[in-house]
Amino acid sequence: MINFIGEMETNEPYKIFFISDSAATIDFGNLIEEGINQRVISLFNHLSQHPLGGMIEAVPAYGSVAIYFDIAALRKKVSPQKKVYEWIRNELHKLMRSDITAIEKSPGLIRIPVNYEEFGRDLKFIADQKNISPEEIIRLHTSKQYRVYMLGFLPGFAYMGQVEDQIAIPRKPQPQPIIAGSVGIAGRQTGIYPLNSPGGWQIIGRTPLKMFDKDKDEPCLLKAGDQVEFYSITKDEFENYQSRGV
Amino acid sequence: MSLRIIKAGVFDTIQDLGRYGFQHLGINPGGAMDRFAAQVVNMLTGNNIDEAVIEMHFPASIFLFECESLAAIGGADFSASINGEDVPLWQPIIVAKNSVLQFQKWKQGTRCYLAVREKFSIKKWLNSYSTNTKAEAGGFNGRTLQKDDVIVFKEKNGYKDFLKDDDFTILHWKADIFWNTTPTDRLSIMAGNEWDWLTEESKNKLLKEYFIIGSLADRMGYRLQGKLKAKEDGELVSSVVSFGTIQLLPNGELIILMADHQTTGGYPRIAHIGSAYLPLLAQKQPGDKIHFRLTDQQNAEDLLLQQHQHLLQLQNACKFKLEEFFNASNADN
Repeated sequence: MINFIGEMETNEPYKIFFISDSAATIDFGNLIEEGINQRVISLFNHLSQHPLGGMIEAVPAYGSVAIYFDIAALRKKVSPQKKVYEWIRNELHKLMRSDITAIEKSPGLIRIPVNYEEFGRDLKFIADQKNISPEEIIRLHTSKQYRVYMLGFLPGFAYMGQVEDQIAIPRKPQPQPIIAGSVGIAGRQTGIYPLNSPGGWQIIGRTPLKMFDKDKDEPCLLKAGDQVEFYSITKDEFENYQSRGV
Repeated sequence: MSLRIIKAGVFDTIQDLGRYGFQHLGINPGGAMDRFAAQVVNMLTGNNIDEAVIEMHFPASIFLFECESLAAIGGADFSASINGEDVPLWQPIIVAKNSVLQFQKWKQGTRCYLAVREKFSIKKWLNSYSTNTKAEAGGFNGRTLQKDDVIVFKEKNGYKDFLKDDDFTILHWKADIFWNTTPTDRLSIMAGNEWDWLTEESKNKLLKEYFIIGSLADRMGYRLQGKLKAKEDGELVSSVVSFGTIQLLPNGELIILMADHQTTGGYPRIAHIGSAYLPLLAQKQPGDKIHFRLTDQQNAEDLLLQQHQHLLQLQNACKFKLEEFFNASNADN
């Protein structure tokens, strides 16, 4: 008998691999690309609405979704002739061949105020490197909407993209202390540090908004799939925001 | 009805079995480093396995029991004593009011756990008691335990009849902790998605030689000494990593991600340690040697399930012993 399943696997536009004995990843491609990320978020939304048996949680990234399983619980459910990991792999292939019809909530547009002039401590460095004025960096950064591709690194840290090539800049070789609210660029990604933390992104400004608030039911302001737009505020406006405690 | 910290330890936190369901927000599971020990100390006191425990490092806190309690200590051996008298690990201990629990000398291991039958009254954050020190959330005020902190108990129990006039009574059964000692000194690993990025020479080195845990080893991860080579420099966009993932850093060093790891990472995932071995690894510290052995998904799963089965049996045995103990004493009265 010919093993068609095995052959089909290699032709699929995705790959399944394990990242522990209790978690598997469905990978659509190792790149930052909106179409791929849309598939990721739609699969993630589908899994949130229709969790697989024994699933603990699903976690989306740029081009992949990881799914954690309760292996001991699944052992009771899966036929004894089969290993649980085999069952998981089959279920994931079945899932990928099915119609994934997650109700796609139309992404909200979130506008984020940023003071660039006062807090953009690396604006001058980028300006020198890229032969562009700080004003032009601000204009370009506020000129378009960005997609939140994923959250990771810190609670509420949103990886957004993609910034214009004229302001794309590699991260620093050594991490430095960074204040919560700092807005940075790394390659063609832009992001906001939700907490004080060491970090390597080039800092171009700071938002007075709380990106992470542990006391809220939804502690993170952004989620994967959101659209974000930045707008420039003065230092006075920044301080007004802070005194209002937003 | 409480436990008071009369001297703070170096890094003592409230933990449980982790915070799941929020990794999509970048909020990592955290939880006890040695999940085996955390579960067993809870079982010994008759608690559910996911009750809050105190995770201690050496030097550990000094605690004052402000009421009677049934406690259990397990994991690393820091020479636990109550009012100056040695007490054993892995056994239930009834402690009298105003007794002092302290840990005077490091013997072995890295993380020691304390559970009490009266249960710590801690507010859950996002469904878990675990302390996320980075987010300053969960556990006891989102931070390590400090001098004069008072952890209130949820329940009040009296143990006068068992204590008589003693400072403590050690109950006579001991948990079988086979899995926490050493099935083998080689940690089972499964090849990761980027396993083949390693040169053949580096693969051999990883499986044949031992590695020393470097000085950067904490709840986030362990850096290992020694370098491996990738065939070529590849780049990965960030994707999900897990407790036990071994990443290859750009300088050729390996890092093993531990309980407080970030949810995502961009370094090649060379391998993943089987979860049955994570408790063993959680008890290692800088300077310790570790060996790896390549296994597959099937073996890792078998081992995980064996460990789970062992824990279930232990839980039933603990429950039975405690019931028997309390019933017998009722009969005496």
